Amino acid sequence: MINSYMKPAPVSKKFITPGVIVLIILAINGLSFLFARLVFGIGAVTNLNNQYPWGIWIGIDVAAGVALAAGGFTTAALGHVMHRSHYHDIVRPALLTALLGYTFVALSVSVDIGRWYYIWHPLIMWNGTSALFEVGICVMIYMSVLYIEFLPVITERFINHVHLKGIFSVLNKRIEKLLLLLDRGLSKVMFVFIILGVVLSTLHQSSLGTLMIIAGPKMHPLWQTPILPLLFLLSAISVGFPMVIFESLLASRSFGQKPEMEVLSNLGTMAAPILGVYLAFKIGDMFVRETFVYLTEFNTASVMFVIEVLFGVIIPLRMFLSKDVRKSPLWLFIASSLVIFGVLLNRINNFVTAYTPPYSFGSYFPSIGEISVTIGFASLLILLYRVIVLNFPVISLPDKNYSPHTKFAIKGSDQ
Amino acid sequence: MEKQNRRDFFKTAAVLGTTITGLSTSTTKAEAKNILSEDRMGVLVDTTTCIGCRNCEWACKKAHGLPSEPFEKFSDRSVFKNMRRPDTKALTVVNEYDNPQNSAIPINVKVQCMHCDHPACVSACIVGAFSKNENGAVTWNTKKCIGCRYCMVACPFQVPAFEFDKAINPEIRKCDFCFERTKTGKLPACVEICPVEALTYGPRTDLIKIARERIKRNPENYVNHIYGEYEVGGTSWLYIASEEFQKLAFPKLGDKPAPGVSESIQHGIFAYFVPPASLYALLGGLMWITKNRKDPGEAE
Repeated sequence: MINSYMKPAPVSKKFITPGVIVLIILAINGLSFLFARLVFGIGAVTNLNNQYPWGIWIGIDVAAGVALAAGGFTTAALGHVMHRSHYHDIVRPALLTALLGYTFVALSVSVDIGRWYYIWHPLIMWNGTSALFEVGICVMIYMSVLYIEFLPVITERFINHVHLKGIFSVLNKRIEKLLLLLDRGLSKVMFVFIILGVVLSTLHQSSLGTLMIIAGPKMHPLWQTPILPLLFLLSAISVGFPMVIFESLLASRSFGQKPEMEVLSNLGTMAAPILGVYLAFKIGDMFVRETFVYLTEFNTASVMFVIEVLFGVIIPLRMFLSKDVRKSPLWLFIASSLVIFGVLLNRINNFVTAYTPPYSFGSYFPSIGEISVTIGFASLLILLYRVIVLNFPVISLPDKNYSPHTKFAIKGSDQ
Repeated sequence: MEKQNRRDFFKTAAVLGTTITGLSTSTTKAEAKNILSEDRMGVLVDTTTCIGCRNCEWACKKAHGLPSEPFEKFSDRSVFKNMRRPDTKALTVVNEYDNPQNSAIPINVKVQCMHCDHPACVSACIVGAFSKNENGAVTWNTKKCIGCRYCMVACPFQVPAFEFDKAINPEIRKCDFCFERTKTGKLPACVEICPVEALTYGPRTDLIKIARERIKRNPENYVNHIYGEYEVGGTSWLYIASEEFQKLAFPKLGDKPAPGVSESIQHGIFAYFVPPASLYALLGGLMWITKNRKDPGEAE
């Protein structure tokens, strides 16, 4: 095995860095606008109105957030369902990203809905015809599944490490036992949750695309198509591996490790065909519905569409096909960033750019408050990620108990 | 992961399968109160009769307890300079358009919820807060609404309005076809007050006959089109006019119900949970096969 001597472990680095301080400031800024939204209402903080009921809180925080957390289920499918075990090193970081991503999606939804304290209503008030209901229920269940999938990381961290002080010390043994029991039980049923996670992901990633279909002619024909659910699913799958590559390269740089280029460039190889299928459906749909006529017009919609497809799909697809790109951390990073940018822009386009209400008195552009909350949430997510990988065994590090020169000296001999 | 054997696998999978089937039967029975009655009521708006007095705007505000200027102020025609839309404080508004046939007599069009026969808001609402009632009214339930505004995204007529300025219990507001009044046998407030009988309240099927008759008797006064007869599968409110409807700012819509495509996709994906359950089984099988054939250097 390539990385047999790699083992997930807490990263030993200081929490505070100049970058972290910037993130903290951005997070506080976002939270203060969030506070204003809770006290004065949505209208006070956003540019939303009766013509434009949804803005970037839905387009970016929710729709793009869900898509960019797709690394969780694509790596789970690869590592656990297909048992490609040499990808195990990337499953945990991807799982953590998905977990935090979905947590912030849920937070963003609660912030965007007018009556946040009724967020639980869909659990007992069902409407089977509503695409949003399907998305909501699937996301809620999937989030619980993600937390369950993450539990072994927590039991692993605390087994043999329960050292409560004072009168609580009598509990030490019991907690230890409980953790062991939980760990054993989990390892027996975990496969149920892993498959469930993949199924739920395909369901809500596609249902998210169904959302805008009901808007019918209010959505620009370049994006409005009955195969939107398929396009959403394909683009989510296609961004899964690039997102993992992107994070892995960033994390190894931030924590001063060597990037796991072998695994990452393999992921890059797999990204290309998926992007190709997505592109084929996207272009095919354009020709079937003959929407390419709208590209001859020069307006926001046509420009955004061209940027999305050219820079977000075609160029990174070509890059992932090149061996030189897949071997270089920098080029791999650029190609992955482009795919992420493409999917992010696609979700913004579907939910914001494409939305053209029949009666509008001006156009929509996000307010400072909306942008601040979106950036604030993203910063908070990165900070939490850092806190967790510094304290829990998420990122795979060289195992100190083994020296590569002894037991696993002949690296790659057993490949 | 590695410890569980084949029997465990099937046992757990079976339990999960039963749970999902149990869920699916209860989902299909969840909502049964949306009724498309044969005798549903409607309103025929004859824009050739409307004089733009805006009495209906005043009556609507009174009937729904919305803040209102005194009655006299509603004769002010300067508001017609700009197109207005229904919002949280005015559930119906009247707009004015130039009349190419006779510039002295402008065309006035009252706007409110169309009360679709197959409403997009009813289909879209995440918690089923909207319902199509037996008398044709599409109403909203404040006890369910979570304020997600998906109804506003879905509505082809851009009607539901949201109280963006409220932090606690913001409401979705739209014409409710005077649901409380009609229950007690009263006319909708706007229909009752209209001084020129531009609004006719009655069973929708009768209204279509009346509209046809009017167009037939005075073909030079009307375009041959009843707006709302077929648009998005039919609406309870129907319009006849002397001018093409697109020139009066009506959206050009097809005959298919607005929720049609999205509902058939939803039902395709979730057909009694068969597709998700099959995917689950497929992945489970794949997992089981690859497990036995795992690569030699397995690290765990």
